[in-house]
Amino acid sequence: MPQVIGVPKELFPLEKRVATVPDAIAKLQKLGFSVIVQSGAGDAASIGDDAYAAAGAKVVPDAAAVWSGADIILKVRAPGKEEANLLREGQTLISFIWPAQNPDLMQSLAARKATVLAIDSLPRTLSRAQKMDALTSMAGVSGYRAVIEAANAFGRFFNGQITAAGKVPPAKVFIAGAGVAGLAAVGTAANMGAIVRANDTRAEVADQVVSLGGEFVKVNYEEEGSGGGGYAKVMSEGFQAAQRAMYAEQAKDADIIITTALIPGKPAPKLITAEMVRSMKPGSVIVDMAGEQGGNCELTEPGQAVVKHGVTIIGYTDLVSRLAKQSSTLYATNLFRVVEELCKTKDGVINVNMDDDAIRGLTVIKDGAVTWPPPQLKPAAVPAKAPAPVVAEKKGGHGHGASGAPMPAGKLAAMFAVAAVLFLLIGLYAPPAFLGHFTVFVLGCFVGYQVVWNVTPALHTPLMSVTNAISSIIIIGALVQISPPLVAAVAGEGARPDELIKWLAVAGIALTAINMFGGFAVTQRMLSMFQK
Amino acid sequence: MSASLATVSYIAATILFILSLGGLSNPETSRRGNLYGMIGMAIAVLATVFGPRVTSGGIAWVAIALVVGGGIGVYLARTVKMTQMPELVAFMHSLVGLVAVLVGYASYIDPSASAGMSGAETAIHHMEVYVGVLIGAVTLSGSVIAFGKLSGRVGGKPLLLPGRHLLNLAGLLVVIWFGYAFMRAPNIQAGMMPLIVMTVIALLFGIHMVMAIGGADMPVVVSMLNSYSGWAAAATGFMLSNDLLIVTGALVGSSGAILSYIMCRAMNRNFISVIAGGFGGGDAKPKAVGGPAAPQGETVSVSAQETADLLKEAKTVVIVPGYGMAVAQAQHTVFEITKRLRELGKTVRFAIHPVAGRMPGHMNVLLAEAKVPYDIVMEMDEINEDFPDTDVSMVIGANDIVNPSALEDPSSPIAGMPVLEVWKANTSIVMKRSMASGYAGVDNPLFYKENNRMLFGDAKKMLDEVLAALRA
Repeated sequence: MPQVIGVPKELFPLEKRVATVPDAIAKLQKLGFSVIVQSGAGDAASIGDDAYAAAGAKVVPDAAAVWSGADIILKVRAPGKEEANLLREGQTLISFIWPAQNPDLMQSLAARKATVLAIDSLPRTLSRAQKMDALTSMAGVSGYRAVIEAANAFGRFFNGQITAAGKVPPAKVFIAGAGVAGLAAVGTAANMGAIVRANDTRAEVADQVVSLGGEFVKVNYEEEGSGGGGYAKVMSEGFQAAQRAMYAEQAKDADIIITTALIPGKPAPKLITAEMVRSMKPGSVIVDMAGEQGGNCELTEPGQAVVKHGVTIIGYTDLVSRLAKQSSTLYATNLFRVVEELCKTKDGVINVNMDDDAIRGLTVIKDGAVTWPPPQLKPAAVPAKAPAPVVAEKKGGHGHGASGAPMPAGKLAAMFAVAAVLFLLIGLYAPPAFLGHFTVFVLGCFVGYQVVWNVTPALHTPLMSVTNAISSIIIIGALVQISPPLVAAVAGEGARPDELIKWLAVAGIALTAINMFGGFAVTQRMLSMFQK
Repeated sequence: MSASLATVSYIAATILFILSLGGLSNPETSRRGNLYGMIGMAIAVLATVFGPRVTSGGIAWVAIALVVGGGIGVYLARTVKMTQMPELVAFMHSLVGLVAVLVGYASYIDPSASAGMSGAETAIHHMEVYVGVLIGAVTLSGSVIAFGKLSGRVGGKPLLLPGRHLLNLAGLLVVIWFGYAFMRAPNIQAGMMPLIVMTVIALLFGIHMVMAIGGADMPVVVSMLNSYSGWAAAATGFMLSNDLLIVTGALVGSSGAILSYIMCRAMNRNFISVIAGGFGGGDAKPKAVGGPAAPQGETVSVSAQETADLLKEAKTVVIVPGYGMAVAQAQHTVFEITKRLRELGKTVRFAIHPVAGRMPGHMNVLLAEAKVPYDIVMEMDEINEDFPDTDVSMVIGANDIVNPSALEDPSSPIAGMPVLEVWKANTSIVMKRSMASGYAGVDNPLFYKENNRMLFGDAKKMLDEVLAALRA
């Protein structure tokens, strides 16, 4: 019996995303599931009920119908109190949960004897998990949106321009924290033409910042800040002092600051002090993406855009919802990938396989039993440093060396010596008639060598077939044997076995003719195919 | 026709043959080159038939033999599929070898061939016969086995007899010993025995040599046999004191030798080790298991639809065809996809590794057959630098030639082999039947790279689906 996937409308204030989109529904149906969607679920993301219906989903009037009719519930936000009470035994819920921050919710969900997969608990270091990584995809969206919000509040162009009305300098954007959101912001701002600088406690992201068109600003202090799971860790006092000094310097210079620093399970670090805000130019903008965790700036008011000391400080907590259709699409794909992993048999029935690393990490409640936190994964966090590319070693010994490179003098001398000895031997013992032929032979080899090096590699197959055809010149050998003028029958070694030789020769001619005609014909056929 | 006129005709034929090979330096002049070859051949044959060495009694026989053989040849050339070119070429090499053997025997039993020669000349003539038959026989049996391997009648795995180098050495010594006996034979009857024994050994040697060579080394073998067929013709030329044969044989021989060398360089292997046999069979394998760490990570597989989406989003696409494309006969679909992508305004190019396929230039011919314009088909050196600026690189049925461990892992059996650096593109898609390793028996870390996607299935079927998705 194929299972039913239900998607209710999100209830959280300001939440505009929806957990699935019509494209994903089509894919879910291919896995064998049927899908029900609450009427109006996608309205805020500009996806109408009719679009869902057209994709094959059943649209039901209210949340109760979804929760009672579905075996699997897909959601964005963690369920609220009423929603948690709708969860029934044996049902599976997939959504953001944040189990560390929401112990009460975990208890009430466990009490319902259901199975809960927290998309935020995905073991992100598994490369297989990337396609399911909603944190990353959402962070990318919010990083993009942060730049757009900044541009909106900022009174100037991002890119430098030289217009008839005068020269406009490019905006200077400083981005604190180069995680996924920060990197998305770097890329977006750089694409808009701004001068972008970014900083992160993890030194390994410097290359990524540069690759997106930004400049990496180092803190003048030696400490490695990777904290496992792709997050940064809390840094030492000395480092923080050095970091503050750097931020103060950047604040004076930058037009726009975007902060993205988060430490899991802790309030966001205060990177931008009131003092730094005061030092900024009037009209500057700060976008604080850590608003929900208290903000990276001391003056941030979460959820609000305020102007303080002439600086606009944006603390929106719903940046992703401000791009609801895009983020819904990405999130829906992430969830589809999760369902796909759960349903390897493609028969429309999920199997929460706790032996699978990715699924084990995702599952925070299994049939009413809390299974969070999962056992530690192997510490494969940072992929081992890529092996330094080895310059292909040139092999010594035999060989001709790369073409173009002159041979080592010693080897060349040895070759000449061997050739000289050979020639000497031939010269001493061979009769003159042979020498004439030998001359022709050696010159033929050299001509061949010169000519063939010029052949373009694309024509190597025709080269082989044409040389093949040409080598049927051996036919001359057979031709001169078939019926030679009998001048020398007197040689005394008995009569010439004419018949036998004739048949050998006829066979030889026929066989070579196959080669000759076939070789030229097939070469012609091939060459006529080569066209511009 | 006088002897002088015949000789002059031979010179003309020689020049035409050289021009013929020279014409192949460029696809535009190549057709004319082939024409020169045909004219040269016609001149050579006519000059011989109507020359002083053939009397009128033989002309009827010559005509019959030419018509029969020519008919078969043209029929083969018309009907052969382009994917079967390596087999056809190997088959034709075996004919040259066989004819060299026949001519050698005929020349030996023909007393008029050595009539009027001095002692040393006769000795040289006998030696030429012996060497000519030897090369011919090796070419014959080697080509037959190569034909069998290429057409799948003989397994592709290298057959490695214990002590195979000793066997070969023993064979060589026997050949030299009987050569001595052959030279000392007082008359033709006495010389026949050593000649036949040597022929048998040479045939066995040819079989053994090619049996020991693995599938991926076939381009080297095919071009090596090409070279041998040239040397066989040259040896016959010495035997018959015919300069045209000598020159032409030398041309063909050195052409094949250069091709073998180019192929070896493209695999970073030296000629001797290829001939000694066993890539991915003998000593390479344990190294592959023990030495480099097996690639870590997960492969990401995609559907034909997703592949089409990736292609649609790309601006620049590079397609890397391999033997798998030939096996699946997918070149026409590849062209249709190329055409569609070009209509959509994408830059599509092809990257050809020198040893892709089973003979030199194999992929180029297949793509040409499918009407892919040759100016978007690039050699490895031309395109390798462009991969970092490429959005999608699509690998169709190739493995070892896109293996990054050749550059990154010095302990890999294929370390140092130049490869197409497809992983430098933003996304690479590898189309493959399964996760099996290539002929070199080396696991391919490309499959586990983060920007790599795998499209599993038969190349033709999957490409048809991609094409359908692109047109949708």
